[in-house]
Amino acid sequence: MIPVGFEYARPDSVDGALALLAEHGDDATIMAGGHSLLPVMKLRLAAPELIVDIGRLRELNYIRVDGDEVAIGAGTRHHDVEVSDVLAAEVPLLPAVARTVGDPQVRHRGTLGGSLAHGDPASDLPAAVLALDATIVLRSPRGERTVPATEFWTGVFTTAKEPDELIVEIRVPRTGSAGWAYEKFTRRANDWAIVAVAVVDGRVGLVNMGSTPLRASATEAALAEGRSIADAAALAGEGTEPPTDTAGTPEYRRNLARVLTRRALETAAGR
Amino acid sequence: MSIMGTRVVRVEDPVFLTRGATYTDDLTDERLSGALHLTLVRSPIAHATITSIDVEAAREAPGVVAVLTGADIDLPAPLLFGGAPKQMVRPWLATERVRFVGEPVAAVLTEERYQGPDAAELVDVDYEPLPAVVDVREALKDENLLFPDAGTNTCSVYNKEDPDPDFFADCEVVVTREIINQRVAAASLETRAASAVWGDDGRCTLFVSNQNAQGARDEVAGWLGVDASQIHVILPDVGGGFGAKIGADPEFALVAWLARHTGRPVRWSESRSENMTGMVQGRDQRQTITIGGSRDGRVKAYRLDVIADAGAYPRLGVFLPVFTRMMAPGTYDIEKVDSRATVVVTNTTSTAAYRGAGRPEATSAIERAMDLFAAEIGMDPAEVRKINVVAPEKFPFTTKGGVEYDSGEYAKAIDLALEASDYATLREVQKARRERGDAKQIGIGVSSYVEITGGGAFVENASVEVHADGTALVWTGTSPHGQGHATAWAMLASEQLGIPVEKITVRHGDTDHVPEGGGTMGSRSLQTGGVAVHQASLELIDLAKQRAAEILEASVEDLEVDTTNAAIVVRGAPGSPTVTFAQLAEREELKVKTVWDGKKATFPFGSHVAVVEVDTETGKVTVERIWAVDDAGPVLNPLLCEGQRHGGIAQGIAQAMLEEVVFDPDGQPLTATFADYGFPSAAELPSFDLVTMETPTPINPLGFKGIGEAGTIGSAPAVQSAVVDALAHLGIRHIDMPTTPLRVWEAIQDAVKEDG
Ligand SMILES: Cc1cc2nc3c(=O)[nH]c(=O)nc-3n(C[C@H](O)[C@H](O)[C@H](O)COP(=O)(O)OP(=O)(O)OC[C@H]3O[C@@H](n4cnc5c(N)ncnc54)[C@H](O)[C@@H]3O)c2cc1C
Repeated sequence: MIPVGFEYARPDSVDGALALLAEHGDDATIMAGGHSLLPVMKLRLAAPELIVDIGRLRELNYIRVDGDEVAIGAGTRHHDVEVSDVLAAEVPLLPAVARTVGDPQVRHRGTLGGSLAHGDPASDLPAAVLALDATIVLRSPRGERTVPATEFWTGVFTTAKEPDELIVEIRVPRTGSAGWAYEKFTRRANDWAIVAVAVVDGRVGLVNMGSTPLRASATEAALAEGRSIADAAALAGEGTEPPTDTAGTPEYRRNLARVLTRRALETAAGR
Repeated sequence: MSIMGTRVVRVEDPVFLTRGATYTDDLTDERLSGALHLTLVRSPIAHATITSIDVEAAREAPGVVAVLTGADIDLPAPLLFGGAPKQMVRPWLATERVRFVGEPVAAVLTEERYQGPDAAELVDVDYEPLPAVVDVREALKDENLLFPDAGTNTCSVYNKEDPDPDFFADCEVVVTREIINQRVAAASLETRAASAVWGDDGRCTLFVSNQNAQGARDEVAGWLGVDASQIHVILPDVGGGFGAKIGADPEFALVAWLARHTGRPVRWSESRSENMTGMVQGRDQRQTITIGGSRDGRVKAYRLDVIADAGAYPRLGVFLPVFTRMMAPGTYDIEKVDSRATVVVTNTTSTAAYRGAGRPEATSAIERAMDLFAAEIGMDPAEVRKINVVAPEKFPFTTKGGVEYDSGEYAKAIDLALEASDYATLREVQKARRERGDAKQIGIGVSSYVEITGGGAFVENASVEVHADGTALVWTGTSPHGQGHATAWAMLASEQLGIPVEKITVRHGDTDHVPEGGGTMGSRSLQTGGVAVHQASLELIDLAKQRAAEILEASVEDLEVDTTNAAIVVRGAPGSPTVTFAQLAEREELKVKTVWDGKKATFPFGSHVAVVEVDTETGKVTVERIWAVDDAGPVLNPLLCEGQRHGGIAQGIAQAMLEEVVFDPDGQPLTATFADYGFPSAAELPSFDLVTMETPTPINPLGFKGIGEAGTIGSAPAVQSAVVDALAHLGIRHIDMPTTPLRVWEAIQDAVKEDG
């Protein structure tokens, strides 16, 4: 449980971090909350030569309304998302999802940007961000670009982010009073989801149903056609290739996706 | 006023809650200064021949002082369990073959701890994989042998007699089923650790995390081939054992050997990942239960056939089926009981004791059998139990398991649990939910249990010494690691001597101070070590009276203890001269050492009722409530007793619904991290409803039995039974533990399919 040795840098600005990334290329790795990165380093599954710690950059830590969207700094901790009044009013799904991540210690360290960048299909926030039709703002010495959440995740632990890019912001459309719900299914309270379903405004995001967070498009289409919740939810497992592990088989996960989608849609409809 | 039975707050807690405990790895003992750090290179493969080990690159790594392989160690490889075939020895470091993932292959010694893992990565071991034997039935075939020289994978057979084909001939109803009591990990929060240093006197001081200093000393001395007097074992604080820290680990002796070899102190502390494959694991029995009786609910015959998994190298796990067979009939008065057990080696982590050690396996088996029988004859499971339990007038009762139950009122315990839970109302709630066809159904499980505590180690010693300043010191051969002996033993001495608990220090776990001792295991401590403290206190009073007689010019018979003043006084003569224990100690050392021999085990018992909710759409089980009657005789300190019950019940629930050590078909562990291994947190558990019942044992003067494992033994079958009961209307009669959402959902799918 002792990682391979590494160099450590804590730049005092985003530009400083970007400069280090540009200089060191693949040898450098960003650390935000460290709660995904450090465990893999301790298991020696990752051995970066240089850690660039952005965890204390205040310029990445904010939540503010910006037109039709809420802009969230990539360094915002799960806990800050959880207790944000702005989000509670404008995007209530997000605090509810953040509240289910790990335990209080984890939520006080882990960041939204880190969770999205890590790209674990079993994580909670990516599927929520996906269901919210958010956009992810990336910055590099080459400039800034935005990627829609629907195009951000490309495989297990892989994203559209280039090695020299930093996630700086997540822009989430204001959903206001639209119905929402999050159904996370775990064995234990602070576990990762076996499957989870995020519903907001008729859109459905799935956790741990494939190599990336997914949208249940068949369900969404059925809802758009005005079909019943039960009928729409029955399609939630369609087109998915969920993993097999000690917690579940693909058949079991598809069942969970259907049941949880139905429950989430029912809750959302009642909100 | 007597202190017995009162909620004295734990005297050990202020330190734990402020400065924190000092575990073996935290020691700053100056004898250990300049210590080398041991990192073990462990096998990533479950079964393989080692074709070469290249340590040259590792030797060159920064901070490396030595890299050793098995070839460098001049000690015979130990047989870790005496009863196993002599070929099944565990090499100190594997040289020819590895037999489980996590087996040590090379030892790296570095100046600093952090340098170890880097150097260990440079040790280049070539493995030629062999087929892994993971399943016990596969092992029984003897097609792939772990120890070809032994000629078999079987390491022990208990009861070689062929089963009587007519055993169930006179039974109207016979039910049989194969069930699994799965493997679990102790997962103590403190992992294993050892530090050793040899002094100029040629003696080794060995600090280890263990449940029995004296036992560890004897084993390590035996393995090293030195006299036990040459090893001084000290136990710092121990962060949980649960049975897995009974007996020395071979790593302890390796650490001691390396310290002697290098002439420097050596420290070792394993990582969590190492712990989850290296530390012994518990349970793991494949059981076939067969039960027969008549339709009026009377059970006439019961058979239990066990295949137990010893893991790669036989350890205490080989013995535990003896306890399982002993306790096979449980609380029931069954005319005919038959059992046998076969223990095999597999390419997995070795097994040994885990909270209950052999007895929970017996209880779960008979309790499942009772439920199956009840379902078959259509009778209420609580009723069937009450019909068959041993009647109170039959005690002491010699069972068909061959043991003598000391005292018990089994039906009363069941009644208390049923009453507390309002069983009849629960059944009505269940009926209503079934009629409504709710997605969330409830199930009710009832268990009746008896277990054996203090089994095998009936003798324990204690010394009590009063000092001139009025304080007292107690040394005990037990080995608390969370149980609260510092509080409990002080209460026992205080009760007799009148010295307040705050002035009594209890010490343990140092073989130079307490050369004999049985440690803490098998729920033995209070009924052996506690009673020894009680006896020592009485003997100290006798000694004090003899000395006081002279001073007070009275005859010994006329003297008594004034517990208000911790003094010896003349009976019935207020105002006459007195002498305190402290004053006596001022004149001459006031100390006694005594040995208590209970000669027999005791048999605590009880009954649990569990209510679970099962979400039939997802398979998720939630334990809603659990009522526990755990009768271990009179309660010395309810706070400590409840703590033991809480922890025990939690571990039983965890086995019933969450925990399982899983290996894939290649012997790779799939549950070697805390993310994967399902031990519970408070969030998975309800508040426990504890019901009091106290039936003393005649075995010791205080009537004490053991409480450490009772909760585990009673709760697991109650919860498992409740899960099955929730789904009984679908025709489901059994689901193996742990009743994970996946497993429960699959059972429902199968039942629905069969139905359709
Ligand atoms: C015990 C435990 C339980 C957990 N339970 C859950 C759970 O239930 N659900 C859940 O979803 N998660 C869970 N997590 C993961 C947790 O939420 C992580 O904190 C989060 O996923 C990663 O955020 P971080 O800030 O810690 O990222 P880090 O660990 O610092 O980084 C993760 C990865 O993202 C990269 N990265 C980080 N920030 C940026 C950025 N701004 N731009 C570009 N790349 C970046 C890093 O280089 C690294 O590769 C748990 C973690 C632990 C330790």
